[in-house]
Amino acid sequence: MTPREQRIFGFAVFAAFAVIVLVLPQFISDFRARDYAYVGIYLIALLGLNILTGYTGQISLGHGAFMAIGGYTTAILMAGNEQFGGPIPSGMQDIWTLPIAGLVAGLFGLAFGLPALRLSGLYLALATFAIAVAMPSTVKRFEEHTGGGQGIQLFGLPELTGSNAVAPADPNAPATFEVLGLTFTQNDWMYYLAWSIALAAFAGAWLILRGRTGRAFRAVRDSETAAVSSGVSLARYKTLAFGISAAYAGVAGGLFAIASAFVNPDTFPIALSIFLLVGIVVGGLGGLSGLVVGAIFVAFLPLWAQGQDLGSVLPDSVIQGDTVSIPILGDFLFKGTSAPGGPAIVYGIVLILLMFVLPNGVGGLFRRVGQAITNRRYSRSK
Amino acid sequence: MLAAAFTDFMQQVVSGLASGGIYALLALALVIIHRSTGVINFAQGEMATLSAYIAWALIAHHSWGYWPAFAATLVISFVGGIGIHTAVIRPVERGSVLRIVIVTIGLLVAINGFVVWQWSGEPQQLQSPFGTDVYDVGGVVVAAHDIGTITVALGIVLLLGALFRFTKVGLALRAAAVNPEEARLVGVRVSWMLGLGWGLAALLGAVAGMLTAPTVGLDPNMMAAVLIYAFAAAILGGIDSPIGAVVGGLLIGVLLNMLSFLSQYGMFDWFTEELRLPMALLIILAVLLVRPHGILGRPEVKRV
Repeated sequence: MTPREQRIFGFAVFAAFAVIVLVLPQFISDFRARDYAYVGIYLIALLGLNILTGYTGQISLGHGAFMAIGGYTTAILMAGNEQFGGPIPSGMQDIWTLPIAGLVAGLFGLAFGLPALRLSGLYLALATFAIAVAMPSTVKRFEEHTGGGQGIQLFGLPELTGSNAVAPADPNAPATFEVLGLTFTQNDWMYYLAWSIALAAFAGAWLILRGRTGRAFRAVRDSETAAVSSGVSLARYKTLAFGISAAYAGVAGGLFAIASAFVNPDTFPIALSIFLLVGIVVGGLGGLSGLVVGAIFVAFLPLWAQGQDLGSVLPDSVIQGDTVSIPILGDFLFKGTSAPGGPAIVYGIVLILLMFVLPNGVGGLFRRVGQAITNRRYSRSK
Repeated sequence: MLAAAFTDFMQQVVSGLASGGIYALLALALVIIHRSTGVINFAQGEMATLSAYIAWALIAHHSWGYWPAFAATLVISFVGGIGIHTAVIRPVERGSVLRIVIVTIGLLVAINGFVVWQWSGEPQQLQSPFGTDVYDVGGVVVAAHDIGTITVALGIVLLLGALFRFTKVGLALRAAAVNPEEARLVGVRVSWMLGLGWGLAALLGAVAGMLTAPTVGLDPNMMAAVLIYAFAAAILGGIDSPIGAVVGGLLIGVLLNMLSFLSQYGMFDWFTEELRLPMALLIILAVLLVRPHGILGRPEVKRV
């Protein structure tokens, strides 16, 4: 495909995807709509992380912390100043807090980007990992603004769109409310809010990455020495990448807070940061379209892993009746994966296996297939 | 008043050294892996926890004595470390940093899950090899376990130093880490050496785990915070220096306790216990920015 054809093809796929996103709630249950809303939220965070890690080559294991900054910004703004000292006394309508959440997180990202300039590879991974681990206790320290371990409760606040929803006559049907003359259930509203922002974020990321800035990012990733020699300022573009990336995470965090109507330190655990990294790796580093798969993976793999029975994974000879006989571990009881910890085992193993079989993620698979098609066309025309 | 403050001060120093000893042990394990393979192992803490659980299970479920269980755990951990290297690290070793990081994170998640799944999340009690004696030195309480921990940390540094410096295996380990290609040319089995590095680190982790559990309680997540302090210790001391890891560990233990001590007396009153972990993060950042090779490490020289 020529670049022109490629672009037209890209637009067509994007448009088709947007249509699918638009009509999907018609075909899934109201309950599922919420799960897919989280897919949209993860997509936003993954786009941001991929700008930093996939395109600029800076590993971050701490993006959950930037999401936390966004989430707490949204929550504090919505809750008003009565309890948590938000700047607007009566509280802010949920969706208007999102740009601010992005901005605040973005500023933190820029601020962290400066020291991060001196770090590369493993050390950056380590420092960002430490951020993610240190975040919950920092939040607890500033209890007067963050509610400490209790967190901030948003459920039922009038600032939360849809909290004044009217229950319909049929008790089984979900409560609905109106925005801009359209009727939504709480879950559908969340779905459309998350996905309209996600699609805009996708387009935004594409615009940032296709031009001069994106080229500079990739140059930094591929060879810092070569980038500097061609006049790309490392300091400028690395901090910029951190800022943009953190801003994306902040918006995602804000949406996360709105969707769960609640934030506390456990809303943004270290596992979240890990999931995000996994998401971009599954989706493919340095690509955008694969991230949709990455986001689905992040949202659904934990649920899927929960449903797995390890009994079917371990060979029969290992399991005798109800016990596993691994020689050294002796006669410990086999508990099945419904027991806590099981999903984590599956998740961890899947993660490692993915690194073996799909090192470039699903996006890499897409590209390989695309390349194969291009090659065939090229050789036919010869 | 002043005397009381001094006793208080000494008490904080002593207990700081005690927790520092634990950080030092895990930091040593991190240093060994980094030194012999160039990898930072995010699963180091979980590997240590798993080892401690194995020791506990042998004692509690199979009524082994402490020392046989201790020795068995060391052997299992050593073999397990080599196994982990062969099974999951080697395939990605030559790939990008990101792949290695993700594989060790996958290990972290899986091992943590395994521990919870196998032994439930309930806290357990693992005994200390040094007993529960407590000495009173002029009003300052010193536990035998803490003295033991610090002694073990220092002893391991000497052993490691001797291993790296005076033995053929140590030389081969260093050669394999510094320049794998040329080491291979002169007949060093590089992949064996890298595996050996992982085995050693797992063994050290096992010691760290078994000495951490008696003080903080055996719990699937007991190493999560310790890992960050150990990172901070390794970075502070110099990520390639075993002595640095111990010095860094003890320094961080004492430093954090000093902050709590001073905050009790009105200085640094913004400091609360919740800020211990964030402080470790600040130390990591500050050292990496000001002196990336740490107190005792050698500066890394990059050819461009």
